[in-house]
Amino acid sequence: MTFDIKIVGLKKSFGSILAIDDLHLDVHEGEMLGLIGPDGAGKTTTLRMLSGLLIADEGVCLVGGKNVRSELSAVRQFIGYMPQRFSLYPDLTVAENLRFFADLFQVNKEERENRMKRLLEFNRLSPFSNRRTAALSGGMKQKLALSCTLIHTPKILLLDEPTTGVDPVSRREFWDILKELRASGVTILVTTPYMDEAAKCNRVAFIHNGKILLVTEPEKIAHHYKNTVLEIVCDQNVKAAKILIASKQFDSVHSFGDRVHLSSHQTSEQMKPMIKNLVEIENIQINSMKEISASIEDVFVELLN
Amino acid sequence: MENEFSVKVQELTRTFGDFVAVDHISFQVYKGEIFGFLGANGAGKTTTIKMLCGLLMPTSGTAYVSDFDIYKQTEEIKQNIGYMSQKFSLYEDLTVEENLEFYGGIYGLNNHELKIACSQAVHSTGLGDHLHKLTRDIPLGWKQRLALSCAIMHQPKILFLDEPTGGVDPISRRNFWSLIYDLADGGTTVFVTTHYMDEAEYCNRLSIMHDGKIIAIGSPRELKQSYQKESIEDVFIDLVKK
Repeated sequence: MTFDIKIVGLKKSFGSILAIDDLHLDVHEGEMLGLIGPDGAGKTTTLRMLSGLLIADEGVCLVGGKNVRSELSAVRQFIGYMPQRFSLYPDLTVAENLRFFADLFQVNKEERENRMKRLLEFNRLSPFSNRRTAALSGGMKQKLALSCTLIHTPKILLLDEPTTGVDPVSRREFWDILKELRASGVTILVTTPYMDEAAKCNRVAFIHNGKILLVTEPEKIAHHYKNTVLEIVCDQNVKAAKILIASKQFDSVHSFGDRVHLSSHQTSEQMKPMIKNLVEIENIQINSMKEISASIEDVFVELLN
Repeated sequence: MENEFSVKVQELTRTFGDFVAVDHISFQVYKGEIFGFLGANGAGKTTTIKMLCGLLMPTSGTAYVSDFDIYKQTEEIKQNIGYMSQKFSLYEDLTVEENLEFYGGIYGLNNHELKIACSQAVHSTGLGDHLHKLTRDIPLGWKQRLALSCAIMHQPKILFLDEPTGGVDPISRRNFWSLIYDLADGGTTVFVTTHYMDEAEYCNRLSIMHDGKIIAIGSPRELKQSYQKESIEDVFIDLVKK
């Protein structure tokens, strides 16, 4: 049995809104695929159909080789689904929540305590096992939700924006845990609105209006960007950005605080003197100007515009 | 001489029983600056913001917001600041326009001022096509712009943004930050908290708070240079994990 995901020709409408429009996607066994797209692109709907919570109008979802539609109870044995708002019981302790989910998934009693201990250690929650869930920080709640999702040792994980609202330290820890899970052979499909998280996946898929526009490895993302990206740093970045936008000579100009990124179909040799002329006439001094490779965010913005 | 600072904090402290939530912090925010106020969950950010907005009395120390004393002039402060949080506090059953009018009314704008403020909001945020839609029916990115518009109906001198972009996609975030730059360019001081370190790079200056203390302050470039890190995220994690 191969623990992979195959989505073929998936369609789903809500009333007159076509949420998923002939979507095709493969997630290979043992990989971590990041599904990224704008709000309302269909990320959550896709995960809900993969986990059998929502029935597709058309198309097939094969999870671990089994059809989600006709073999759902088999699929449920080996998938773990963590929705955006995971329902933890705030009045139960960390350990009680885990025990509850273990019972739901019919993990037998001997196995249960062993697994709980391992998961609490793995997610660094052991010192808090008797703390009420309501008193956990946002990052700890997400780790507990992940632990509950892992209690039946799923082979395939579906995670829907697991780190929204979590601080950077907890966020990095959460992604380290995902990396370890992947190393142990778990297949992971994760959605995220954050491009730095997408970069941690071994492949990313861009979804827009219910369709997959591109699937690629983060390292190869720049190959999918035809434009030149220049980074300039000057003494008045915001003013410089305004002037460069007003000139209408570039495809996009965006200020990131202490630097400005420009994108254009021209070469950097063509762009540099133009930029110099435009800003220096306004008495802005350029400190540095260099070509950089396109980021996932650049590709994201271009694909959607 | 006009004061060049929008926020001036000296030895500000707040305790809850034995717990020191904010521990003798001092910093200044310049007028028209975008100031990023960073820290892990529980570092003391929200307690500080509550004090600066005149919602919570300090235990000791001083702070001035737009030259108003946070002990004695809390009402003046409230009239001169705008506040937007990740929860947006919009009325989902009202239309976009009704939300704008409601917030304008709360800030005491008269009909004439309200009209001008609404048309300005529409002009700067591009909300025009959505004005008569119910708020619950517009996408998250638009809700965020509406929440921002509501927070600035009264043209505040200082805008407090508490995790304004949680869960919003990159295009909406870019649009949102262009609006923030326009506001700062027009002289509004922007005080922003975020958990996303790529956004921290958008700020003119940053402070990093940990266990109630400010442990680093400077421009993103200065911080990366002085801690010899590639990104603000690495600076943050290095400092907070110690």
